[in-house]
Amino acid sequence: MELQAVLMAAGGGSRMMDLTYNTPKPLLPVGNKPLIWYPLNLLERAGFEEVMVITTKEVQKALSTEQRLKLDVKMKLDVVCIPEEADMGTADALRHIQQKIKTDILVVSCDLITDVALHEVVDLFRAHNATLSMLMSKVHEFTETVPGQKGKKKTGEQRDFVGVDSTGKRLLFMANEADLEDGLVIRKSIMRKHPKMHIKTGLLDAHLYCLKRSVVDFLVDNKSISSLRGELVPYLVRKQFTKALGSQRDDEHTDQNLKRKDANASLEILSSSKDEALLQLACERSCWNDHRGDMSEAYHGGQLRCYAHIMEDGTCYRVNTLAAYVEANRVAPKLFEEPPVHPSAVISERSLVGGDSIIGAFCQIADKTSIKRSTIGTSTTVKEKVKVTNSIIMNGITIEEGCNIQGSVICNNAVIGRGADLKYCLVGSGQRIEAEAERTNEVIVGSDQLMEI
Amino acid sequence: SHCSHIPLRSDYGYKVSLFSHLHQYSRKAPLTQQISIPATVIHPSIVRLGLQYSQGIVAGSNARSVALLHAFKQVIQDYSTPPNEELPRDLVNKLKPYISFLNQCRPLSASMGNAIKYIKKEISNIPSQCKEEEAKKKLLLCIDNYVNEKITLAAKAISKCAIDKISDGDVILVYGCSSLVNHILCEAFEKQRKFRVIVVDSRPRLEGREALRRLVKRGIRCTYVLISAVSYILPEVSKVFLGAHALLANGYVMSRVGTSQIALVAKAYNVPVLVCCETYKFCERVQTDSFVSNELDDPDDLIVTREGKTQLADWQSVKSLGLLNLVYDVTPPDFVDLVITELGMIPCTSVPVVLRVKNVDQ
Repeated sequence: MELQAVLMAAGGGSRMMDLTYNTPKPLLPVGNKPLIWYPLNLLERAGFEEVMVITTKEVQKALSTEQRLKLDVKMKLDVVCIPEEADMGTADALRHIQQKIKTDILVVSCDLITDVALHEVVDLFRAHNATLSMLMSKVHEFTETVPGQKGKKKTGEQRDFVGVDSTGKRLLFMANEADLEDGLVIRKSIMRKHPKMHIKTGLLDAHLYCLKRSVVDFLVDNKSISSLRGELVPYLVRKQFTKALGSQRDDEHTDQNLKRKDANASLEILSSSKDEALLQLACERSCWNDHRGDMSEAYHGGQLRCYAHIMEDGTCYRVNTLAAYVEANRVAPKLFEEPPVHPSAVISERSLVGGDSIIGAFCQIADKTSIKRSTIGTSTTVKEKVKVTNSIIMNGITIEEGCNIQGSVICNNAVIGRGADLKYCLVGSGQRIEAEAERTNEVIVGSDQLMEI
Repeated sequence: SHCSHIPLRSDYGYKVSLFSHLHQYSRKAPLTQQISIPATVIHPSIVRLGLQYSQGIVAGSNARSVALLHAFKQVIQDYSTPPNEELPRDLVNKLKPYISFLNQCRPLSASMGNAIKYIKKEISNIPSQCKEEEAKKKLLLCIDNYVNEKITLAAKAISKCAIDKISDGDVILVYGCSSLVNHILCEAFEKQRKFRVIVVDSRPRLEGREALRRLVKRGIRCTYVLISAVSYILPEVSKVFLGAHALLANGYVMSRVGTSQIALVAKAYNVPVLVCCETYKFCERVQTDSFVSNELDDPDDLIVTREGKTQLADWQSVKSLGLLNLVYDVTPPDFVDLVITELGMIPCTSVPVVLRVKNVDQ
């Protein structure tokens, strides 16, 4: 077997608590499909036949019982639960399933919505015998208004600095602004080997990684690494250029520090153990080099190589903020070919449902309603003379007569009283909006949720 | 198991009519687009190898053969005989789709073809009562022996012969990056021969740069020119050493495109041309021209981009324009003075004798 797929679905959605306090992130509806359906669909289309899903008990229960979820995924799902209290990072999760990992792995996050041709990432991993190969994308400007946003958009996000070589594929440098207190420092050894480096800041890390199996073994020996994205990936990118095995200094220290696991050494040993004499001979005889201008052989003789495929066009979103969630709902339906109106929905003939709206199963849309550029979830009732524009209405919601909902997100099982006028609001799960209410740009959640800071 | 379906790679771009019978693929459309991830029908080592072939990461006749045999070793190690099947027949059948896949990634070289023939023969000759573990061990050993004999030891023997032909004060011209010729020159330098090298290179591959790097790294004095300057530089040259992709049964030498030009000019200047070639690259095919059987590389490789600007970006829209990126050409035996093989130094016309002798041995 070449690759095993691992889907990380235990993350909390900490940046959109208003949406996730009652619904776990993997189950949030996007275009009327649970968010987790998108990476699963990506893997299935590529040709995977089974996936290991690391998630919480709550999500596991939902995946197996809820008919409404309609996963229609033919792959075999091996669901591994981790306790929520354990607060496991993605690297911790990999350590947890180490016994199940027999080959190289493809790690995907449950919040990734993309139409990338997966072979672009995997081919880099294969052709260069890379230790890490990942997917990145140009950040798309969000055009949709985000409900409940007070004032200007926060510049909050600290930038990621990604350095690539002149082919645009080899990763030379990766750091987050938060870790660069004194400015961007680039080692001379990197500049000597790759004099031309392009540093990019407008990139989104899709959290899709191909990793060699030896990396998982390495994680088992290095328990201090907790997160893939935050710690392991920058570590691997850095380690490409640190001193190789067998240098003078290592020999001097082996006697003194027998206990200290030389992290660099173990990674290189593990990843090069399969290289036999034949492979070495083939490399020597091949007239190819990945760079030119200096006296070094291909890859400068380095065993550890990290690559990235940067998507220029196409769709790539990580649904981990409210803004991304709203944007994804606009874009995601274009990724699958299903009729926008579910056949089981009951829609009155005297209603206006725009061509760019999606109506979920078992909905009831009454007379004289107008639904434009919106998503209506399953089992939602929309009564007469309601106007819904640019909004996301989740499942099991009731919207009484005469309401006007614009640019808003209404979460599961909410009830919107008759004649209410909501503009750019986020109505939390199970909330009831009183009749004739007029709210603009507000986040309406339960008082018990307000404790979250 | 049913005959596995290998996807077909489609041709790319306009093909010059003389070569329209050959395939022309684009590097931007790898065959991996059409197979599943993870690869199940094709063994992962073979998928990796195919990618490395099509991207040019493994290039050169010897490198390709060695890499192929390495991948076959992985396949054999992971192989297990299905019930009701016999290893000799089943393993050979398993290899067929892999070879077809590799052929579509990049057409097989003559050396690869011979290596495959050898492997298939060895597998078929496994006695049916042999246990699977033993059979696998035997096959892995066969592969190691083949590489050792036909490539490593052959290179040693050829070096020995060739070094006798290198005298102090020689100016040796080499073309492109032949692993065998590089090896010979490095050995000669080790043995304290005093010579200097002229490396001739050509677009679009510019393999000479890699040859130059390897020679200069050893300390050999080198000059670098492009093939357009070969008639200018040739009066300085005392010998020409050329590598070969294959030696054909009628004595023609198939090598990187441009080799026949070098041989022609050398002949005009009465400079001896020595071709170095291991016997496992000898091929029973007969060819007198470079059209009938050749390889067309990605035409987009011919496009030059300077400061982000490309004149030929829309070459496909110009109906009267075709880009031709030939990989090989054949050199007639009249231009080759000597072929150095591990069996000794033979004239080009003795190739069919060697082939006949090899067949008798087997």
